[in-house]
This record gives sequence, structure tokens and C-alpha cells, in this order.
Amino acid sequence: MATVENEEVKGGQAKPVGAVLVVGGGIGGMQASLDLAESGFYVYLVDNAPTIGGVMSQLDKTFPTNDCAMCIMSPKLVGTGSHRNIRVITHAEVKEVAGDPGDFEATILRKARYIRPDKCTGCGECAKHCPVTIADSYNEGMSRRAAVYLRYPQAIPKVYLIDREACIGCGLCERVCLAGAVDYADEACQEKIAVGSVILAPGFEVFDAARRPEFGYGVYPNVITSLEFERILSATGPHRSHVLRPSDGTIPERIAFIQCVGSRDKKCGNDYCSSVCCMYSVKEAVIAKEHVPFIKPTIFYMDMRAYGKGFDAYYERAKADQGVRFVKSMVSRVRQQQGTGNLIVTYLDDQGKAAEEVFDLVVLSVGMTTSQAVRDTAARLGVRLNAYGFCETNPLAPLATSREGIYVCGAFQSPKDIPETVAQASGAAAAAAGGIAAGRGTLATKKEYPPETEVASAEEPRIGVFVCHCGINIGSVVNVPSVKEYAATLPNVVLADENLYTCSQDTQEKIKKAIQEHGLNRVIVASCSPRTHEPMFRETIRDAGLNKFLFEMANIRDQCSWVHMRQKPEATAKAKHLVRMAVANARLNRSLGETAVPVAQRALIIGGGVAGMTAALRLAGQGFAVYLVEKEELLGGNLRNIHRTIEGEDVQAFLTDLIDRVSAEPRIHVLTGSQVTEFGGVRGNFTTAVTTAPAMTAQKIQHGVTVVATGAEEERPEGFLYGEDPRVCTQQEFEGRLAAGGEEAAGLREVVMIQCVGSRNEKRPSCSRTCCATALKNALALKRLNPAATIRVLYRDVRSYGMLEPYYAQARREGVLFVRYEPEAPPVVAREGDSLTVSFAEPILQEQATVKPDLVVLSSATVPRENRELANLLKVPRTAEGFFLEAHAKLRPVDFASDGIYVAGSAHAPKLITESVSQAYAAVARACTILSKENLMVGGVVAVVDGERCAACLTCVRVCPYDVPVVNLRGEAEIDIVKCKGCGTCAAECPARAIDLMHYRGEQLEAKIGALVEG
Amino acid sequence: MRLNYPSNVKVVKVPCTGRVDMLLILKAFESGVDGVYVAGCMEGECHYLRGNLRARRRVEQVKKLLDEVGLGGERVEMFNMSASQGQRFAQFAREMTERIRSLGPSPAKKNKEVLP
Repeated sequence: MATVENEEVKGGQAKPVGAVLVVGGGIGGMQASLDLAESGFYVYLVDNAPTIGGVMSQLDKTFPTNDCAMCIMSPKLVGTGSHRNIRVITHAEVKEVAGDPGDFEATILRKARYIRPDKCTGCGECAKHCPVTIADSYNEGMSRRAAVYLRYPQAIPKVYLIDREACIGCGLCERVCLAGAVDYADEACQEKIAVGSVILAPGFEVFDAARRPEFGYGVYPNVITSLEFERILSATGPHRSHVLRPSDGTIPERIAFIQCVGSRDKKCGNDYCSSVCCMYSVKEAVIAKEHVPFIKPTIFYMDMRAYGKGFDAYYERAKADQGVRFVKSMVSRVRQQQGTGNLIVTYLDDQGKAAEEVFDLVVLSVGMTTSQAVRDTAARLGVRLNAYGFCETNPLAPLATSREGIYVCGAFQSPKDIPETVAQASGAAAAAAGGIAAGRGTLATKKEYPPETEVASAEEPRIGVFVCHCGINIGSVVNVPSVKEYAATLPNVVLADENLYTCSQDTQEKIKKAIQEHGLNRVIVASCSPRTHEPMFRETIRDAGLNKFLFEMANIRDQCSWVHMRQKPEATAKAKHLVRMAVANARLNRSLGETAVPVAQRALIIGGGVAGMTAALRLAGQGFAVYLVEKEELLGGNLRNIHRTIEGEDVQAFLTDLIDRVSAEPRIHVLTGSQVTEFGGVRGNFTTAVTTAPAMTAQKIQHGVTVVATGAEEERPEGFLYGEDPRVCTQQEFEGRLAAGGEEAAGLREVVMIQCVGSRNEKRPSCSRTCCATALKNALALKRLNPAATIRVLYRDVRSYGMLEPYYAQARREGVLFVRYEPEAPPVVAREGDSLTVSFAEPILQEQATVKPDLVVLSSATVPRENRELANLLKVPRTAEGFFLEAHAKLRPVDFASDGIYVAGSAHAPKLITESVSQAYAAVARACTILSKENLMVGGVVAVVDGERCAACLTCVRVCPYDVPVVNLRGEAEIDIVKCKGCGTCAAECPARAIDLMHYRGEQLEAKIGALVEG
Repeated sequence: MRLNYPSNVKVVKVPCTGRVDMLLILKAFESGVDGVYVAGCMEGECHYLRGNLRARRRVEQVKKLLDEVGLGGERVEMFNMSASQGQRFAQFAREMTERIRSLGPSPAKKNKEVLP
């Protein structure tokens, strides 16, 4: 573990507790837990629900990539559930957090589960026999489940529980549970845990649509919420992804989506925008059409808020290619048609005319709210909420709650989508770790293993086969004893055995003993699935001194008994085949070494703006040296052009303070006027050459991680007389002029702001995200200085998402005029004599209007700084618009696909300051997962080159998706095992078969296939 | 999901379909299987970026080779599905089994028996 001292803990005091309490196990809570556990802290993850996974587990697909939510989330579920330094406590709540930062004592109440987690194997026999059926909350009440249940099949922990309110106490589950896990006498229990910091990630609950009675939710069966529709679309939903409406089970052809239900709604107290509904509605419409092409979705919206990365392109595709109809309107009510169950939607269109239309199904796009349970928890913990029930935070310190040592992330901080939640969760992990850095490694444990028994490849294999009944999951279909007997006859098998549950704790001991007694050097378990159980069995044999790659699994449940339930003899025959294949493969399995490579525990940050400086300070605060490279002579980046946030925070004072702290921090080496000129190496060990002006002195820096924070800037607009007439300026220039003093403002009689200049067009299809907020901010500032000024904002959609929405409402209240324009008819700025004119189409009056403003302010696009060369040096990808491209749009928002390189701030996409700060913290958390380790283990399943056979044909160099192979001086391909991800593409393409993929060697696969057909 | 599919389908696990080389598919026929299909991630969603695209190309080439030697290119296929699409998996398993059934046993099998 790194020896790090922490400036934030005063000398002389006891070390802070090296553990963190994370409240809420949704995608945010899981990410925060994983980042903390990977960087040397112990984590208690407490969730109210019986399983972790949160709302994301209920989603079908995710925008804008249409990834399946469960598929991309399940690795995080498994990772969290199996991490040795994360203790998952589900079906529990936090009662109290006493003490001070660094030394909290939290009281956790675990509710009774009535199923013992140490015994339950998740086989599901109990639920199959339970005579009770009740509405399944996972499917939003649209299907039924038993009283003993698992929330969803992939749930972590995979432990059932009994809903005692529904349970009739018949005792059937207890009788059928062969594992003896049912415990009707279970009671709630309280536990006290010591932690140094707390992270709140409790997420949101959807708005109760019944609070908008005019839409008829709960009255008309065919009016449903968007979350219900999400379940309908899902393969694990009530109709197994068949789009059927509730009243009569027919396919709804005409589907209406009504936006802003419970958002942007003063009447129900939710003045804010829920940020995600526009995009999820577009997604649901697109996916519904994918399921049933003749479905005609219509989205009734006020402003289409597709402000995130790649969102506008998704929206435009839905509109132009995928047949989703968009109607800008306000829906006033929904009525049911007599007899048909169809619904009549009454709305005002954008010209203010009333209209009616009939639909088969109405989906209400419900917003995000904070549940009463979460409000209560916040109150108990002494954490202040804002007027809307979200956690109160400062825009310049978005991760800190009102109570020191307690941090926040995700939708509880303000409504947000998955990637922003994930980024903020990593950020909260960095914030939580920052305060207790001296406690790193004090509670998190590293497993100690016995030395490995050497197994030479020439040594005769001695294989042990353990066949599992899995309760009756396998045993009732496959004849397990006969499979066991068959296994004993196979070559090199010296032991074959059967178990009721091979995964139980006592069986692990039995396996270990068998390894010693029979001198086994290969172990095969024929049971459920390597997906869930391989890591555990590998651990078992490693405990007994065998290399983990000497373990092999035959999947005779998921790929046999479960899917051939009605063909028992065939299933038994297949199970035998599968075991034979496993034996053929196991005979060839080899011990694979993993090598320790030392980590250079320093960071390189490229870009000295708000993101770069914030990241530098946080990394230094955790005890790591940082090289901060800035191209310009001054630190600050785009922050130097911003004076106030929309909330009124003084940005220049914030900037001065940041620069002072960065300059005073001895661990940060600031290199201004500097550029990266060479870059090489891999995670844990990069070498970068930096050249500093004016002397162009070069130095080489060794570092373990790289953070790219090169930022973005306001584009110099084209057209609109910009640069030709001094009365035309950009928003940033206007902000500067307003900040300079009120004199000019006092003289301004009329100002026109034009939105989306250079954004959302063919050249740059994306929204620049921040310009609507900037326009609102500047309009409100002008109104403060000169209330009489007429301000017209010509816009396409006002994208004041989240907590920005109340400022939009305020601007309208203060008389700022908002006039919508279509991209086909943009406003025209011209000169008429001495005066400046702006003409635009006035949609309500339906005529062309011309005004003569004193000033025209252009909301110009945000464009990335010049970064092409840097991208080439670092070999990291960019989007078509030049922003850096993260590893995964949803779940890896600050990682690059190449390990050890991270992106933060506007270099990733346009961002508000508060978002850049969150992301900078996130990059720190991700970086610490590497920096906190002294060594990284590499190797295992990697490609290995046989130099003698290599003809240096460059095929591998060409096909590797990660650019790993190089041809060395000997004229042979060389694959760096540190970089290799083990996909095997090079092995498959190598014409000389000079490359092999360890653990999946050609010889092994051929043996396995050979065994598939024998006999 | 426990969806039923024919028991003659047996899975050989690879980290990525990118690992599946042409020789491996051909060896499978040589050792006597009647059909091979490669099941990869959805296109554009490859866990290893583009292994599935490479695999598809190889499957297409093997198809041509099988046609040339008279085994029939229909005996090999590439399918894409995501990890959540159990139904799709089962459906392809059924489709492929039906297809191979109608084609009958692989002629390569007979050769194997004839050869010493």
C-alpha cells in the first residue's frame, strides 16, 4: 500500500477510519463503492431494497446507445457483490450517523429477511412452491410474484426473502428448501459500524402520476407511466418484451408520450426539470417501434431537452428516420373513449390552438422526486435539502452536503442521467477518500494465499470432477450419479464426486481437502455457470495452493438442465458430453503467471483549467505528486472568461483561490507554457516528454496515470454581422461587459439573444449544453442592472435542465421574451442605416417581425480546444466534433478505453463549471484505483507470440483493436502483456499461427471440440 | 429465462468471437460436427471493440470454402445477440438445428469413418 500522508488530517491526531459508508446501491452507489474499494478503503454499502441495482435494474435499454441496461450493469453488480472490501448490506436502513468526519459511528438497521443469506443458494425452489401471488413491484405491479421472492434474476445478493405481509405461513418453502435457509423466526437487528466518511447515493423515485388527475392515471387502465412502459419493453417484463396495453392485451398502435409530468410544474411544487425524461421518451418510442414497426409514437413536449453528448443526433434520427412524431404543445387533459379503452388527448399546439387526438396508449413521462424515506434519512443524518427535496449543495462544490464528511452523488443531488450519476459517484468517492486518505489500507484487506504448487506442463494431469445437483435444479433433470460415474471413466480423472450444492461453504472445504488427499492438479466443477461461480471456485483451488487457471467448469445447469427440462435422457447425455469436453480442456490447462509491475505513483494532468486544477488538488490531497501541464502562460482556461454562475457564485474569486492553492501545494508541479510532445507506456507506467516555452526545454516525466482536461472554448461565430458590427457580440463577451460595470447596461434599451449559433446544425449536430443557461444568466443580470431593458431570446428549445429550470421561470416572470425559431428560418441580423435590425418569424402571430436592438448577443457553440495532435500522441479517440470519446457512454464516462488515461471537464463535452468539478473529482477516483497500488498484476489470459514462427507480416498489428502488437528489432511481433486485453483476435488472424491466447490455446479449443463429437 | 432449445447444441466458450479462427471451424467439421454457429455480441457492441466483425468475416469465408468442398456453406453461421437476449439465443439454436437437420449429417463425417 502506498505510504501517503494527508494534509487534511491535522498532525498528532489519530488516523481517520479507513472505511466509507455508502447509502444506496444503485448504479451510483455501486460505482462509488467499487472506486473506494479499489483504492484501499473498506466499504459498507447499505441499500433499503432487498438487492442492489436501483432503478437502472428496471430499465430496458439506455439512451443514446440503446445498450441493454441489465447487460451493461451486471458486471458492476457482480463486481460489487464479490469484492472482498465491500460489504453489501441490503434490506437495511441507516438510523443514525454520530461523530465527526474521519470518525463516524453509523447505526444500521437490518430488516428481517426470513431467509438465511449464508445458506440460500438462490435456486428458486421456494418461490416455485409458494402458493401466494402478489403484484410484483419490480414489474411495477404489472405481473405477479410469490411471497418468497428475488427482486430480479440477476439480483445481488442472490438471496431470496419472504414478504411477510403477503406470506400465509404455510411452511411449504421451508419444506422444499434443501439448503435449510428458511428461518421464520428471523428478526430485525441493529448494528453499529465505524466509518471515516459517508456517501449518500439513495437515488430517486418517480413522480406519483396520480397527483396530476387530469391525465387519468390510475383511473384509465391504458394510461401508464414511463417506468411501467420501460418494464413492458423489457425482456424480463410482464409480457416478455411484447408491447401490449393493459386494458385488453392488444398491441397499441398509436402511443402518446406526455412530457413533464411532475416536472416544470409549479402546481405540484416541482419547478425543476427532471433532465432525463425527454431522452428516455425518445428512446422508449424508438424501441417500441423496433419491437412493433407499425407503432406510431407521438411525443407531446414543451422543449426537447437533448442536451447531452450525442443526444441531439439521437433525437434527430428518431424524428427523421425512425418515424417518431414530435408535437410541441401543452397537454391539458386525457379522457377515455367510451367502449374502446382508447384515450382522447386534448392539447394546445405551439400556435396556441386547441386540438384533440385519439391514442391507444398514453405514457406519462414522470419526473424524478426524492422519496419520503430518503427525506427522513437526510433529516436523521442532519443533511439539508433544497426547496424541492434534493440534497443542498454549492455549485462550486457539488459533492459536499451541508454536513462535513458526508458527500452526495446521483439523482439525489439533482435529477440526472446514468453517465452523470456514474461520474458524480466516482467524484464522491474521491471526495470521501480525500478526507480520510491517511486511513487508506488500514481496514481494506489484501488476501494472503499459500504458495502455489508448481504444476509443470509435462506433469501428468490428475483431475477431480465435482458434479452438482444444485438442489433439484440439475438433479431433477440430469441423472447426476450417472454423470459422476461417467466422469470417473474419463482419462486422467482420479476423483469424481457429487454434491447437493457444490457452491456451499462446506463443499469448498471438501474440495480443498480432496486436492490435498488425491494430489489433484486440475479441478472441474460441473454445475451452474462460470458467469456467477467461476471466481469463487478459482479462489477455492487457489486457497489449496493450485493456480486459479487450473480450474475448469462444465455448465450443466444454465446450458443443460434448465434448457432441456423436458428431455431428461438427452439432458443427461449432454451433461456427460459437457463434462467430457471440460476434461479434454482441463488436461491442457496450464498454470498462468501473473506478474507484478511497479506503479509510478504520480499523475500527469494535461490542461490547467477548472477540471485540471481541481483534479490536481484532489490528487495532491490524497498524497500523490502531480505534474500539471498547461499550454498557456496562465492557469485558468475558459474559467477566466466567466464571472458569475447562474446561482450568483463569484467565479473569479473561485479561480483566484484555485490558482493560489495549486501554486502553494508542494506536491503539484505546474508547467505552464508547456506541451506534451511524446507519450508512451501503459497504465501504471507512462513516460511523457513535456516541452516548455520559451526555451523549449524538454523533460521526461514518469507517471502512473494521465488525466486529459484540455477543455473547450466559445467559438468565434460566423455570420450575424459578428466581427463587422460592434453591436454584435457573444454571450461570453456580453458577460464580460456586464461584469465590467453597469453603465453600458443602463443604456441598453433592447437586446436580442440568438441561441444555437453554430450548434445543432449539419456541421455540428450537437447541442452546446451551456448556452441556454448562460443566456438566462446574462438576461437576468441585465434585468437586475436595467429592469426596463427589453430582452428577446430567440431560441429553438430552452434547455434549462435540472435546477436551471427555475431560472427560466424567473426570467419569464421578469419579462424576458422567449421567441421560438425553426432552423429552416433562422433570425436575420442586418444593418439598416445606423441601426441594427433582427428579423424573425413570430410563431404566435405567424408573421415576420423586425426589431431594432441596441445589442445582439450570440449564444455561440462550445468547441474543443485544438487537441488532434494530443489525441494522436495518446492514441485516444475523439468524436466527429473533436471532443474526446470516453470508453463507454453510459458506465465509463471519465475513462478512456486505454487503461490509466482519463478525461475530465469540457474536453469530454460542453459542461457547466459544477459538472466539470464533479468530473474532475471522478477522474481522481478512477486514477486512485491505480495510484494507490504499489504494483499491478498483469498477465493471465493474454496473447503470446512464438517468435520463431512469426513472419512479421503485421497482421496482428493491423487487427488488434487496442494497437498492442509491435514488431521488435528481432523482426518478431511482440505483445505487451500489460496492455493485452485477451480478446484473441490476433491469435485467430495470425496466418502462421504464431500467436496463441493463453487459457484458450488453439490446442485446447480443438481438444474440446474433438470431445464434443466423440462417443 | 430457462427457455427450451435443442440439446444437441453445445457451447464452446471463447472470450470473444474474435478468437474463433477459420481453422477452428474447419477442424470442428473435420472432427465430425454437423454444423457450427458463432454467437457474438451485437454489431457495434463488441466487448472487445470489433472482434465480432472479424469473426463475421471469417465465417463468411468459411461458408465459401464449405461450398467449394461440397459440405455446404449453410452449415456455418454467425449470429449476433446481446447477453440479455435469451430468447434470441434459444431461437437461433432452434433455427440452426432445424437447418442442419434438413441438410442431414455432415458428409465430412462419412469421410472420417472411411479414413484410417
